[in-house]
Amino acid sequence: MIDCDIHNEVPHLEELYPYLPQHWVDYTEESSFEGPDANDYPEMVATTVHPDVRDDYFGDGRCNTAARVRLIQDRVLDPLGISVAVLNNAFRVPSIHAVDLAASMATAVNTWQQEQWLAADKRFRASIIVPSHNPVAAVQEIRRWQNTPGFVQVLLPVRSHVPYGVRNMDLLFEAIADSGLPAAINFGGAPGVPPTGVGWPQTYYEIHAGMAQVFQSQVMSMVYEGLFDRYPQLRIVLLEGGFTWAPSLMWRMNKEWKGLRHNVPWVKNWPADYIRTHFRWSLQPLDAPDDPDQMLEILDMMEADELLMFSTDFPHWQQKEIAPGVPDWMPEDLRRKVCFENPRAFYSLE
Amino acid sequence: MAISLTSPLQDRTGTEVVRTPIIDTDVHVYIQPDDLERHLSPFWRDHYLNFGKRTYDGMLFPRSMPMAARHDAWPPNGDIPGANLEFTQMQLLDEFDMDYAILTPLTGTGEVLNFDFGLAHAQAVNDYQIEDWCAHDSRMRASIIIPYEDGPLSAEEIHRLGNHPSMAQVLLVTRTREPLGSRCYWPIYEAACEYDLPIAVHFGGVGGSGITGAGSPTYYIEDHAGMAQSFQSQVTSIVSQGLFEIFDNLKFVLIEGGFAWMIPLMWRLDRTWEKLHKELPRVKKPPSEYIRENIWLSTQPIEEPLYPHQFNQMLDQLAMTDRLMFASDYPHWDFDNPLRAIPSTVADGERRRIMAENAAELYDLPI
Repeated sequence: MIDCDIHNEVPHLEELYPYLPQHWVDYTEESSFEGPDANDYPEMVATTVHPDVRDDYFGDGRCNTAARVRLIQDRVLDPLGISVAVLNNAFRVPSIHAVDLAASMATAVNTWQQEQWLAADKRFRASIIVPSHNPVAAVQEIRRWQNTPGFVQVLLPVRSHVPYGVRNMDLLFEAIADSGLPAAINFGGAPGVPPTGVGWPQTYYEIHAGMAQVFQSQVMSMVYEGLFDRYPQLRIVLLEGGFTWAPSLMWRMNKEWKGLRHNVPWVKNWPADYIRTHFRWSLQPLDAPDDPDQMLEILDMMEADELLMFSTDFPHWQQKEIAPGVPDWMPEDLRRKVCFENPRAFYSLE
Repeated sequence: MAISLTSPLQDRTGTEVVRTPIIDTDVHVYIQPDDLERHLSPFWRDHYLNFGKRTYDGMLFPRSMPMAARHDAWPPNGDIPGANLEFTQMQLLDEFDMDYAILTPLTGTGEVLNFDFGLAHAQAVNDYQIEDWCAHDSRMRASIIIPYEDGPLSAEEIHRLGNHPSMAQVLLVTRTREPLGSRCYWPIYEAACEYDLPIAVHFGGVGGSGITGAGSPTYYIEDHAGMAQSFQSQVTSIVSQGLFEIFDNLKFVLIEGGFAWMIPLMWRLDRTWEKLHKELPRVKKPPSEYIRENIWLSTQPIEEPLYPHQFNQMLDQLAMTDRLMFASDYPHWDFDNPLRAIPSTVADGERRRIMAENAAELYDLPI
């Protein structure tokens, strides 16, 4: 069983100090800089950590890297029998406009992942954190880690200052494609632009629920703006954005292409075909209907066989269980694909 | 036109066909400069001639065809599409034997940066609809245009025309400066409810910043297809700010957004609300319940699933066939023909609701 989405957040900025150049440690101390900001998972919000492990996660003496490694081993890997766990760290270096600091922070997080996580448990795989707001700096970070065993993808926040299909971002995606690694686009981000196309919402609820629309906008941008025509080998997994919206997006994108494809002449096939070829989705959150039969209809509509990959999304609160297993409604043949075959193929695992 | 209209399925059986009433809930009228000048006061005419209609800049996604119109929608006398009453009557209402048409002027009024001129512009467009269109065709109903970024000025215009028999609704656009649940728009809702007028939100607009949640994309196809995401953001805001608990009888009509996206949106809003409801004290029940009660959707651009049976599955999942209303979007290039827009697999009862009955109830139009 392969879990594609477990979060290994940095407990305290100080944990990164051993991996930061002394200049930036001094600068950080002198300026009281507390690290990147983001609205995506505020510590106190209920969904950020499942209520049953909140004390284990933030409690006195437990908010450190070693304790979090043990927590994931004890509450997810061992009980579910996970053989490979892909770690997705949401340290939002793109929220730091000071790009040199952002780049050093990314290097520090990646080194910390290598030494504190990959070395701690051979089941772990890590994601390369990059200053994605500056493709030049991001490319350097990708090249630094792309051949390091244990790093299996490049992580990008779904919220960005321009959509990822825009050609300003080509340096970044060229490096990802050249590395042979997939990109993972995950929930959240802090680019300093509103998280909707109609301005800033007032509640966390709106930002959280509304993240699905940002995922949709990114898929649309990457397909229509020809990212996969420029980099045909590029593969993307969408983490923690829900997937039940996929059929409606595919239909709408197909329909628009019928009428407006002279806008984007490089798009030679149905947009839905591009989506099914290049994108995968993590399982949680399910955003499920009350009626499981309707969920099966959705799977049929999106032809989901190859598209879904199992995830617990630990420690985020998605289901009743701390580490939700495979949902009851999932047919047996799909179960094996989702939990094993799809992620094994996507990450080229032995 | 003497043809009888019915579902394509019935057409092929050869049996006696029953005429299906049609209400088109999205018919665009445009106002040409001379008509605008005629309806402006001398002061604002002078302002218009000296300063023009200034709006947000840097928002250009050049469209694929002039005025985004059907090539055959340009009236022979040189008027622009949607600006000639007789031509719209001939090409749309008479051609398809329509019972009613809801006029939805897209005049960019809400994007005028000078709100005072925005109000004058709205008044001119509204008088133009009443005097130049509805007065000449009893099948037509108008939409109250407002300078929606200014709540109190907008309420003023709603109070001026709220009781006028030609007015069917208040019209905004999808992309506003702030999400529509924001308090700056509440005076609009309060005034509209006083006259039992629905708030229609039509495809389009710019609010002055990026048109997605990740900045601005590049092409018109993204601007156009991406409107579905902006509609979702607005529904999320409207419901989560508790508008339907604050304003009795508040109704929203979402025009030209399609509707398939509403299904996963309702699921996500409900599942997220289960965990985060403490943040939304005004929201007393699952968001999907407010949506199914208080939000109407127009059909165009109708989503086309990969396989025909999935269209009916989609309607079942949506469970809003009492809220769907046919729209043609005349005279735009992506016009939906009322004879062909609804797939033949849709049952006759549902088809009748979608083609006319739902709109007849909402807008109080006898059919």
